[in-house]
Amino acid sequence: MQLMRALLVAALACASPLLQASVLPEDRLDVLYHQYEGGGMKIKGPSVLVRKSFADKVAVHANYYVDEVSAASIDVLVSASPYSEERTEKSVGVDYLHGKAIYSLSYANSEENDFEANSVHFDMSQDFFGDLTTLSFGYSKGWDEVFRSGDNTFAEEADRQHFRINLSQILTRDLVASIGHELITDEGYLNNPYRSVRYLTTGGSYSFEPERYPETRTSEATSLRLSYYLPWRAGLHGEYRVYNDSWGIDASSWQLKLIQPLGGKWTLEGRYRAYEQGDADFYADLFPFQDAQNFLARDKELSEFSSTVVGLGIGFEFSKANWETIDRAGLNLWVDRFSFDYDNFRDIRVDTTPGTEPLYSFDATVTRLLFTLWY
Amino acid sequence: MMRTGGLILLLAFTASGCAVKPWLKPYERARLADPVMNVSAHPVAESYMGHVHQARESMRGAEGSAGGGCGCN
Repeated sequence: MQLMRALLVAALACASPLLQASVLPEDRLDVLYHQYEGGGMKIKGPSVLVRKSFADKVAVHANYYVDEVSAASIDVLVSASPYSEERTEKSVGVDYLHGKAIYSLSYANSEENDFEANSVHFDMSQDFFGDLTTLSFGYSKGWDEVFRSGDNTFAEEADRQHFRINLSQILTRDLVASIGHELITDEGYLNNPYRSVRYLTTGGSYSFEPERYPETRTSEATSLRLSYYLPWRAGLHGEYRVYNDSWGIDASSWQLKLIQPLGGKWTLEGRYRAYEQGDADFYADLFPFQDAQNFLARDKELSEFSSTVVGLGIGFEFSKANWETIDRAGLNLWVDRFSFDYDNFRDIRVDTTPGTEPLYSFDATVTRLLFTLWY
Repeated sequence: MMRTGGLILLLAFTASGCAVKPWLKPYERARLADPVMNVSAHPVAESYMGHVHQARESMRGAEGSAGGGCGCN
């Protein structure tokens, strides 16, 4: 935080007269089909994004996104029956360019049968120092409503706030660096209303009781990114991110991504990402007895684990001279392979002495197919 | 003591920094403007991948490409 403060003060102190205008995002229509399959979950659906600018001053965008979920994950199999549901998210936003600053305001709504989230987002970014430096600030506020299927009396709420800052700096004619920081605070009902923890019973077996989470959570994440232009015309992008929160979770990730054009129309992409996290203070795979502590969790996302991703992508862009309003079109396909290895979350589908079941792991494949029109 | 040292360093940096001129002219940024340097060239696809990570990890925030209102929350 002190480093961020120092960078911010230095950046503001050095703000120089503006030399060149910032630009709004491109006008485009994106139609994405996405699919996640692994660990007993299959999630698929479309996402459609439209962006349009007016007079190079104002740009509006709208996004419609659907998750069709078929769930038979390990959590579901040990405590419930497989189910299907749909989540729909809609968002609209506007960007306003004024001199070298861009102001963005957006609203998003996400709905599923037992959950609704509404959020507003404000961001501003400013170019200065001969357009070598870009400073961005953002704030988001979200309101969640949590329900429980089959229980009309259950209704809970949670509020969320995000504060973010990012500084991008062109270092050489081949290298750009950026550092970002985001603080998020949650307050309210942060549990999953269906999930249970397990505890040892006197007979040497185990039983279940509902999870209990704290009603507040504050987290901070910091990222460092570098993008480097390789001599044979390719982009190499590195990212390191570090995280901690008030639930005692520490995490970090790093990623390398290569974007390699082939001729004028084709593009290949490859990425490798590694992630690891420690567990929450109140997480346990098996508690020693019922109500062993104030807060109880057995959510594998709060356990200690590591994961890797290997991803490949291929893209193709084309255009024709007689397309009047359309500038060009593009088709992209990405396939990413995830591997998750849990260090203290056990596969209790295996019937053996409690606490000695094999550690859980699973693989997942994510496929994205994107069609884009630029106009 | 460390705080004072840091303040002096910061003042020195800002004082000298204001004298530093931008070291690249617009015409020297052709490579940086190349599409291969845009790691978020397809925001709707990037946002979706951010969502996949966030749903399965505790880490959240400072994602970079994810902002408000693009199917990424």
